[in-house]
Amino acid sequence: MDQTHYLIIGASHAALSALHAIRLHDAQNDITVVTRDESLPYSPTVLPYVVSGRSEPQRVFLRDEDYFARLKVKYRRGAAVRKVSPAQGAVKLADGEEIGFSKLLLATGAAPALPAIPGLTEGKFHVLRTLNDAIGLHQALPQTKQALVLGGGLIGMHAAENLAKGGAQVTVVEIQPHVLSGYFDADASGIIEKVFAANGVRLLTASRVAGLATYVDGWRATLGDGTLLDADLVLVATGVAPVTDYLDGSGIETDRGVLVDDWMRTNAGNVWAAGDVAQARGFFEGRKIINGILPDAVGQGRIAGMAMAGDAGAKPYAGGVPLNTYAFFGQQAVSVGVQEGALDPSGVEVHKQVDAEHASYLKIVLKDGRLAGIFGINAAFDPGIMWELILRRIDLGALKQAFLASPQQTARALMSKTWR
Amino acid sequence: MGAFETISFKPEFCNGCNDCMSACAQAKAQSEDFVHSRIQIVPSEGGYELAMCRQCGDPECVLYCPAAALAKDAASGVIDWDATKCVNCLLCTVGCSYGGIVYAAPAGHVIKCDLCDGNPACVKACSHGALKHLRSARIYNEVGNLEDLFVPGLSGCQGCNTELIMRHTLRRIGPDVVLATPPGCIPGMGSVGYNGLAGTKVPVFHPLLTNTASMLTGVRRYYKRIGRNVKAVALAGDGGTADVGFQSLSGAAERGEEMLFICVDNEGYMNTGMQRSGCTPYGAWTSTTPVGERGRGKTQDAKNLPLLMVMHQCAYVATASTAYMEDLYDKLDRAIRACEHGFAYLHIYSPCTTGWRFPSDRNIEVARKAVQTNFVLLWEFDPEGGLRLTHPVEDPLPLAEYVKVLGKYRHLSEEQIAHIEASVARNVKFVKGLAADVPLAAARAGIA
Repeated sequence: MDQTHYLIIGASHAALSALHAIRLHDAQNDITVVTRDESLPYSPTVLPYVVSGRSEPQRVFLRDEDYFARLKVKYRRGAAVRKVSPAQGAVKLADGEEIGFSKLLLATGAAPALPAIPGLTEGKFHVLRTLNDAIGLHQALPQTKQALVLGGGLIGMHAAENLAKGGAQVTVVEIQPHVLSGYFDADASGIIEKVFAANGVRLLTASRVAGLATYVDGWRATLGDGTLLDADLVLVATGVAPVTDYLDGSGIETDRGVLVDDWMRTNAGNVWAAGDVAQARGFFEGRKIINGILPDAVGQGRIAGMAMAGDAGAKPYAGGVPLNTYAFFGQQAVSVGVQEGALDPSGVEVHKQVDAEHASYLKIVLKDGRLAGIFGINAAFDPGIMWELILRRIDLGALKQAFLASPQQTARALMSKTWR
Repeated sequence: MGAFETISFKPEFCNGCNDCMSACAQAKAQSEDFVHSRIQIVPSEGGYELAMCRQCGDPECVLYCPAAALAKDAASGVIDWDATKCVNCLLCTVGCSYGGIVYAAPAGHVIKCDLCDGNPACVKACSHGALKHLRSARIYNEVGNLEDLFVPGLSGCQGCNTELIMRHTLRRIGPDVVLATPPGCIPGMGSVGYNGLAGTKVPVFHPLLTNTASMLTGVRRYYKRIGRNVKAVALAGDGGTADVGFQSLSGAAERGEEMLFICVDNEGYMNTGMQRSGCTPYGAWTSTTPVGERGRGKTQDAKNLPLLMVMHQCAYVATASTAYMEDLYDKLDRAIRACEHGFAYLHIYSPCTTGWRFPSDRNIEVARKAVQTNFVLLWEFDPEGGLRLTHPVEDPLPLAEYVKVLGKYRHLSEEQIAHIEASVARNVKFVKGLAADVPLAAARAGIA
């Protein structure tokens, strides 16, 4: 049995961030990274651009072989983990091989959650989570005239745009009244929907696919209202769920994801988890949430890596803040923090400027004079500074009016003075 | 990984003229529109603040990039952006808490500072001293790999900068040297040796206070005669230089002996119990200029020793401060070259935590304040280029900012402070009168 001090399962942002943090502190002990993928590490976030052809698949890798060689890391591709035994300090791979570890990081991310639509599993449909998925979609593009995207979340909308740019007639079916409801309110989503409509993408919100059937070379979908819709490509983007099936019988506690404390440690003393697979404390909620975003994967990976290596400089998790950036058809939407509905209403102020005509939108949510959320479409502000204002719970005090009038300038001045 | 160059911003000197933003927008996008500027000055409560890329050591933007479009260059330290890989997802802007990488709508992509390949346009455009291109990384990268020629464990007082001066200078001078350390703090902290072992990895000797320059004269001449280029270097205190050592120093300088004489000026005989020297300034407490019922510290001004050396028409004379290491290194390099063909004299100010009575973590701060108040002037001289100020301070801090930090001045009356202020003003006027009206770079171009 191969024995390694640090074993990392997964090879995307959380895993790479943890690896970096470990090697900053511990130059010696063995590190092994195992990934089910056959390739070098890549980010799920770049995949829609592989679909459209903007990113060449061989140029999206986040690290090269030389990086792992320099850091004395064993990088094993095509190695899916089937079983974890914390007490024995061992994992079992799909091919039956076992690897022993002293410390284990679970960074297996998430996988598409398939909706229970009758007929879906009868034919060939697409998902978008792995590089092979993206390459498959890209190759399908030239033959695609009608594409049906199930789900109007970030992945679905990204993919819809890129399928449209590839020349397909695209329809998105979203069960919620608005697309991207996880990050934006109705006004903001409305602006985004308008831009999609103007670019020829059909958005069917508050709709659902009741059934699917294979039809000629493709599919025929029956919508909730009985409408029939033909498509030669179906992409399922109705959400993702943490990959935890290999933890069955391991004794590691899971809820929706792997439950971790503020050091990203699971209930097993020698096992940590980070990234999309982890369920950690929310900044606003206090309860444990899945904050499946790239920045949090990097942050959680760092904390896990430092904790695993025993780095005294490690700081506990500040809590997950939802945030995202979303570029669509040359426009920019940014969301940092929470909408007013997620907060206890006392002391909450909402300031909103909407100019749907010019696709411009800015909303600021304050709680007790502190920033809780800021959302913009084509609005100038620095998301990283806003995130920091939230995490530091900076009291805007006398600067409140200035901040509402000019959030970018005021926040930059505060930043420059406060964390110079 | 080495150290990297960077741009520093001093908000107290910024007047919001925005010349830096004009220069950047022009340099990067041939545009007048500030939205293209990688440096952003923002008004803040009557002053100005800055948003720009810090070229972080462990950059978050790079870790957030899903497309491998950002990478920190291992040689320059600049975080490079690759337009051919960027997918415009803006996640890097989430990673930066400094507003250093920003989406620029007219450009259609994110923009960030690239330090203009080591010659930043914004710094050149700043005429108020708010922006500075810090190149001290060069010192670390170049000198850090040179061998330290002193042994570990020199026993200086806590917070003393003399050990820093010794190690830096000798590292740069290199192993082909004979070093003289006359009585004072430098041999006192073990450079000559202890327990029967030498304190350096090069030949070192301990001359009398009076004959350092004479002995080095002989050493240099001897090696020259046998065909070896061995540098003769003194690391001496101000007492051994300005007072008892002055006769031999003046003689060697007048004869143009080939040596480098470094005076580490802590304004007194600090090693032997803090007696006054010719370099002790007016009003300072020492054990021989005590403060009591009648005594109010030293009653005479310090002699300006480096200017005396200028009057010897030495091959090179300069004053330096450990608060300005780039300047110190420029001068050290020039002095090393000059001592191959003539007399080089380097006067380095060395605040004394013990004798001047200030907290041991403030040494560099005190050294910096001395320059910022014009109490100490940084300049250099060679016979061809004349004298020029290397770090002119046009808008000095009030002298009180300097004296109030130091216990040795705690007793000063208003009159005494006025006396020091007048001396400082006189000295500034005098040195400026001597300074050639030639830009520093032009003057330097004229010498080796």
